[in-house]
Amino acid sequence: MTIKRIVTTAFILACGAGSAALIYAWQPALPPIAPPSPTGFDASEVRYGADLALIGDCRTCHTAPGGRTFAGGLAMPTPFGTIYSTNITPDARTGIGQWSLEAFTRAMREGVDREGRHLYPAFPYDHFSLTTDVDMKALYAFLMTRDPIVAEAPANDLPFPINVRLVLAGWKLLFFHPARYTTDPTHDDIWNRGRYLVEGLAHCGACHTPRNFMGAETRSEDYAGGEVEGWSAFPLGRLSPAPIPWTEDALNHYLREGWQAHHGVALGPMRPVVENLAEAPAQDVAAMAHYLASLGATAGPSVQIPTVSPDASGQRPQSAGWQAAISTPAAGGPIGRAIFSAACASCHLSERPLPLGGVDLALSTSLSASTPQNLLDIVLNGVPASDGNPALIMPGFAGSMTNATLASLLTFLRVEVAGKSAWPDLPAAVAAARKAASPPIHVRATR
Amino acid sequence: MRHDISRRAVLQGTGALILSFALTRRAFALTETGVGDTSVHRLPGDLDSTPMLDAWIRIDPDDSATIFTGKAELGQGIKTALLQVAAEELKLPLTRLTLVTADTGRTPNEGYTAASHSVQDSGTAIRNAAAQVREILIGEASRRTGAGADELVARDGVVTGPGGLRLSYGELVSPQLLHVEAQPTSNLTDPKDFTVMDKPVPRVDIPAKLTGVASYVQDMRVPGMLHGRVVRPPSYGARLVSIDATSVEGMTGVVKVVKDGSFLGVIAEKEWTAIQAMRQLAALAKWNETAELPDESRLAEALMALPTQDTVILDVGKPDAAQYDVDASFSRPYLAHGSIGPSCAVARMDSDTLTVWTHTQGVFPLRNALAELFAMPRENVRCIQVEGAGCYGQNGADDVGADVAMLARALPGRTVRVQWMREQEHAWEPFGPGMVVHLQTALGADGMISTWRQEVWSQSHMMRPGPPGTLLAAREKADPFPPPPPVDLPMPEGGGDRNAIPLYVLPNARAVNHFLPEMLLRGSSMRSLGGYLNVFAIESTMDDLARLSKQDPVAFRLRHLADERAKAVIITAAERFGWDGRPKLPAGGGYGFGFARYKNLEAWCAVALEISIDQDTGRTIVERATAAVDTGQVVNPDGVRNQIEGGIVQATSWTLFEGVRFDRRRITSIDWAAYPILRFAHVPRAIDVHIVDRPGLPFLGAGEAAQGPTGAAIANAVRDATGQRLHALPLDAAKIRPQNLLAGRPRAGT
Amino acid sequence: MTHLIVNGELRTVSSDPDTPLLYVLRDELELNGAKFGCGLGQCGACTVLIDGQPVFSCLTPLLLLEGREVRTLEGLGTLENPGPVQAAFIAEQAAQCGYCIAGMIMRTQALLERSPNPDDDEIRGALEPQLCRCGTHMRIIRAVKHAARSLSAAAEATK
Repeated sequence: MTIKRIVTTAFILACGAGSAALIYAWQPALPPIAPPSPTGFDASEVRYGADLALIGDCRTCHTAPGGRTFAGGLAMPTPFGTIYSTNITPDARTGIGQWSLEAFTRAMREGVDREGRHLYPAFPYDHFSLTTDVDMKALYAFLMTRDPIVAEAPANDLPFPINVRLVLAGWKLLFFHPARYTTDPTHDDIWNRGRYLVEGLAHCGACHTPRNFMGAETRSEDYAGGEVEGWSAFPLGRLSPAPIPWTEDALNHYLREGWQAHHGVALGPMRPVVENLAEAPAQDVAAMAHYLASLGATAGPSVQIPTVSPDASGQRPQSAGWQAAISTPAAGGPIGRAIFSAACASCHLSERPLPLGGVDLALSTSLSASTPQNLLDIVLNGVPASDGNPALIMPGFAGSMTNATLASLLTFLRVEVAGKSAWPDLPAAVAAARKAASPPIHVRATR
Repeated sequence: MRHDISRRAVLQGTGALILSFALTRRAFALTETGVGDTSVHRLPGDLDSTPMLDAWIRIDPDDSATIFTGKAELGQGIKTALLQVAAEELKLPLTRLTLVTADTGRTPNEGYTAASHSVQDSGTAIRNAAAQVREILIGEASRRTGAGADELVARDGVVTGPGGLRLSYGELVSPQLLHVEAQPTSNLTDPKDFTVMDKPVPRVDIPAKLTGVASYVQDMRVPGMLHGRVVRPPSYGARLVSIDATSVEGMTGVVKVVKDGSFLGVIAEKEWTAIQAMRQLAALAKWNETAELPDESRLAEALMALPTQDTVILDVGKPDAAQYDVDASFSRPYLAHGSIGPSCAVARMDSDTLTVWTHTQGVFPLRNALAELFAMPRENVRCIQVEGAGCYGQNGADDVGADVAMLARALPGRTVRVQWMREQEHAWEPFGPGMVVHLQTALGADGMISTWRQEVWSQSHMMRPGPPGTLLAAREKADPFPPPPPVDLPMPEGGGDRNAIPLYVLPNARAVNHFLPEMLLRGSSMRSLGGYLNVFAIESTMDDLARLSKQDPVAFRLRHLADERAKAVIITAAERFGWDGRPKLPAGGGYGFGFARYKNLEAWCAVALEISIDQDTGRTIVERATAAVDTGQVVNPDGVRNQIEGGIVQATSWTLFEGVRFDRRRITSIDWAAYPILRFAHVPRAIDVHIVDRPGLPFLGAGEAAQGPTGAAIANAVRDATGQRLHALPLDAAKIRPQNLLAGRPRAGT
Repeated sequence: MTHLIVNGELRTVSSDPDTPLLYVLRDELELNGAKFGCGLGQCGACTVLIDGQPVFSCLTPLLLLEGREVRTLEGLGTLENPGPVQAAFIAEQAAQCGYCIAGMIMRTQALLERSPNPDDDEIRGALEPQLCRCGTHMRIIRAVKHAARSLSAAAEATK
C-alpha cells in the first residue's frame, strides 16, 4: 500500500467525519503549573512509578540512541512517516515540567497533550487508557522526580494531511475506545493483574497484533502477530509458531531473563522490553506470563525437547571455548549445509548454554515463522556487543554473505533444520532485508 | 582465624612488627623486577648487575651502534625511549642506532620488564654507559692525536678537534676498547643541551606495525613451521582421566598429539587444522574436576576469611581512636589483563638445545624455569623476546612459552608455533587478584586527619617464573612441579599493600598487610598491583573526610601534604581542569579528584574529571579528564602522554565494568561477551595531560601512575553526582542506578 | 582451489573451503595485517574489507569468497609509502602495542569511504565493534579525523 493511498483515504475519512468530528476534535489546553519540587512526592509512590514505567517501556521510546533517558528524540519510522518521541523529563520548556497530573492523565488516557493537541497513536494511549488512577499518579510522581533535561525533540516528518493533528480526531473516532480496566471476576487476582499490565501499560498488542491500513490494531485478530521496525513480532498463544510450545514458566523466564533455553534470546525490538522487565518486580512479570499463557498454546513440540544439561561435569572443557569442531559435510550436498557448517556450526552446535552461547537453531522460532524476516535481520546484522554488560555477541554476515549465499543458507535452515517447506519468494525477502540492513548501527540500547 | 599472627611476628616475639623491620626485608627479597635492589658495584641503574660497557653498547666500524637492553617492548614505547637516551649521550643520530631487546643469548639480564622500572633501570644504565663510551672514544682520539680531551667534541658519530682533527667512531673503536667496567659516575649531558632526549620523537616501531610488517611473535613465520594448540582442563587442578585420540591422530594434516599426564596438545601442518584438532580433542577428553571456587557474590567475605600472614607496614603515633568518622571496606574483584592478542610463542628443539621466541616480560627467569622443567642445563635453553600484544602484567605469555616447548620437544628439528585461544587467555591467565581494603579514619577539631588505620587483604601479586611450578604445563605434566610458595613482595614497593601507606602527613597512623598465602583464583602481577585499590580507598576516604569537614577536596589534600612535587601535580591538575570556580553541573553531573605517587617512589599523578550519569540507567560517561604528572626527567613527552591517556582509559574500564566471573568450579568469563571491557561508546569525551617537567632529575616510570587516581576520581565524581559513596568495584550501572530512583534527589551536582 | 582478489591481485589459494579467511591470509598468503584476537567476532582485530565492507576474517570461511575482492592492511600502503589512513595513524602516534590497530585502520577505511566527514559520534559508532586494551582510543579518534581531513584534501586537489 502506498503512502499516497493511505494519505488520500485518511483525508477523505477525516473530511467525512464532518463538523461533528471537529467539535469532538477540539480539546482545551490545560493550565501550565510551576514544575513541582522533586522532594514533594512520596518515595514509595516514586518507586512504584519506577516499576510501572519499566513495564510500560517508557524509556525505550522516549530515549534517543546515546541520549539521556526520557529526553526523547528517538526516530520512530511508521508506514506514514517518521515520528520523534518527546521529552518526558520535567524540564519546564522542552519537557513536561508544566504538566499537572490532570494533563498527564489526559495524555495517557485520551492521547491529547497539555496544550490540547492530539497525539499520534505511536504513543499507545489505546493501551494506556486502561491505567488506574493510582498507577497514573505513581507514574506521574516518578517522571516528575527525574532529572529535568533540556532537549527539544525534532519535528515529525509526516506528509499532509497526516501532519494535521485534527485528522487524528477522526482516527480516534473510528479506532480509539478508551476504557478503564475492569476486573474479570471469573479469573483470579494474578490473572487480572497480568491482563491489566499486558493489555495496558505493557502494550504487548502494539507489536504482536496486526494493524489495519490506518495503523490501528485489528481487534478481531488479537496477538496474531505484527511487524515492527522490520522485525516480525511473532503471534502469541495458539498461533505461536514456536517449535516447542510456550509454557507459563518459559514465558516468565524469557520475560525476566531475556532468554529461554527452549526458545532462544530476545533480540530486535524485544530486547529493550526484556531489559526493562529484568528490573521490574518479579511478581508483575510472573502475572504477565500467567496471563499470556492463558491465551492458549500450540498442541505439541515439532522438534525433540532437549533433555540433558550440556555441561555435565567433566565434559565440554572450556578450553574448547564452547566452540565445536566442525565436520565438513560430504561433497555434493546442499551448498547451504556447507555454509552452515563453516560459518555457523562452531557456535550454534557448541552447546554453550544460553544466553551467551549460540542457540540450537532447531529450537528457534525465527526458522519456523511464516516469514524469514527475523532470521535475515539476525544473520545480516548480528547482535552487537552490549555497552558494558555481559551479553551475547554475534557477528553480522552482511559483508561476507552475498544474497545468493544467504538464500542457500536460509533454505537449508528452513528445510533441513526446521523441517518446514521453503519460504516463498526468498530472494525478494533477502534483497529487501539487505536494503534495510545498511549501514549497521553498532551502539545498542543499554540499561 | 582471620588475623593469624605471622611466622615472622612470632620470630620477633611480638604480634606487631614495626616499620623498620618491614623495611629491612627489602634488602633480601625479590622485587617485582626480579632483580634484588641491593647495590653490588654501586653503579647507576642496571649497570650495577651488568657492569661491562660492551654488554650494553657495541660500536661498529660503519659508525653505527647497537644497544642491548634486557627489557622488553610491551607497547609502552620503551624501544624509542631507550634509543633516545643512547642517541643523546652517544652523540649519534637515532637512525644509526639499533636496539636489541631481551635475549638470554645476547643482552644483559635485567629481570622482568615490570613495575614501571624500565626507563629507571635500563634507561639509567644505557644513559651512563653511552656517556662513558662517548668519553672513551674521545679519550681514544686524544691518545691517538695528542690533542687534549677537553679540546675534543663528539657529535654525529665523529670526534672533532683543533686543526681539522676528525675521527669517526668507527675509526676509533677497536675490539677491546669498550670491554671495560663502568665507572660509578658519568659525564652526563646537561638537560639544557638535549637534542633528542625530552623531545616527542615518533615511536620507531609504529610505522611497521601499521603497515603490516611482521612485528609480533604472532607474526613469526619460518619455513616448515608447524602449528600447535593445547587443550586446557575445564577447571583449576582438573586431571585428565581418559582420552582416545585415535580419531584426531588420523586427521589429515595432524602431525602429532602430545599427551603428558594432564597436558594435552596437538601439532598440525596448518593452523586451522590444529584448531579443529584441538576442539576435537577437547570434546573427547574426560576430566576429573575438583576445584572449589568461592561464591562470586561474596568474594570480599571469602578473601577476609582466609588465613593471613600479617605485617605492620606503618605504625606512627597512636592510631587507635574511640570512634572513626569514616569506617569502610573497599573491594575489587579479580581483573583480567585482557590482552587483545592471545599469548603466543614459537619454539624449536635441536639436538640438546631449546630456543623459545616469546613475549614474556622476563626472558631470563623463563629460561631458568624451562631449564628446570626439562632438566636441561640453563645454557642449552635460549629465550628471545619478540613483541606480543600489550600484556599489562603477567598474562599467558610465560605459560604458552612452556606449552610450545612441550610440543617442540616432542618433535625435534621442527619449529612449532602455539597461540592460545581467546577462552584460554580469559580463563587461564593469572588474574589481577581480588582484594579488600578496610579504612578507619577520624578528623580532629582543626579539620585535620587525627588518625588513620588501613588494612589490606590480598594474595600474592608475584607468581612469575623462576620456579617451574608457576607454569601451567609444569603442573599438568605426569611428573608435575608443585605450585611454588607465594611471594609477598616487600615494602617499600609492596604487592597487595602497594600504596597502602598514604603519602599524606598523618600524625597517627597504622597500616597492616594481611597477606593471603592461599589463592582463590590463579593470580599474579597486573598493572599497578595493589596500588589501584589502595589509592581508590585512600582517595575515596580523603574525599569523604573533606566533605564531612566541609573543606574543598583539593585544598584538603594540599593541607595534608609536605611533598612539594605532590603539591605541584595537584595544583597543576586543579588549575588546568578549572577546579576552583568549576560550574554547577546539570543533574547527573559530578566532579572528582584523585591523586597518588605510584608506590610512593615513582611518578606523581593527579586526575580531575567530570562525569555524567544517566539517572535512569546508571550509565556513566567521563565527560573530560585532566591529569598532571611528574615523571622526573622526561625522555619522550608524547610517550608519557600516551601512557597516561592509556592509563586513564584502561582504569575507566576497570572501574566501570570489569570483574572476572566464575561459578563454584569454573571461570565463566571466557570471552569479551562474558567479560565486557570499555568500547568506543564509553570512551571519555576529552583527556588532557600536563607534564610537570623536571629536567635533570631521575627518570620515573609512567605506565602505572594514572590507574589509581583515575579510579578514585571516578568514584568521587559518582559520589558528587549521586550523593552515594560506592565501596565495591566495579562501579557498574547496576550499582549506580538504584541510588537515583528515589524522590528528592538533588537537582544538580553539589 | 579458491580464487580471490587480494589487494588488487588475483590469488589462487589451496586451503580447505571451510578455513576462515584469517588463516588463509596469515598462513598461506603470509600477510600480517589481520590478527587473531578472539575467533568469535567480538574484538575486531581480524577486520578486513570484502568488496568494501568490513568483516571479521576469523569467521569468514573461504567458501563464501570465490571471486571476491579482499583488502587488508597491506593493501592500503607500505612501510615506505603508507596510505592516507595509515599515515594519519602514524602522525597521531595512535598506537601503544599496536595489535588492534590494523583492524581499527580497516574499519576506518570503510567508514571514510562511506562517510568522508564523520563526527565524533559517528566515529565512535563505527568503531564500536573494535576493542583496544591499551587505552589508545583518544588518539584513534583523532587519527580518524586526521585521515578524513587528508582524504578530503586529496579529493579536493584532484578535482
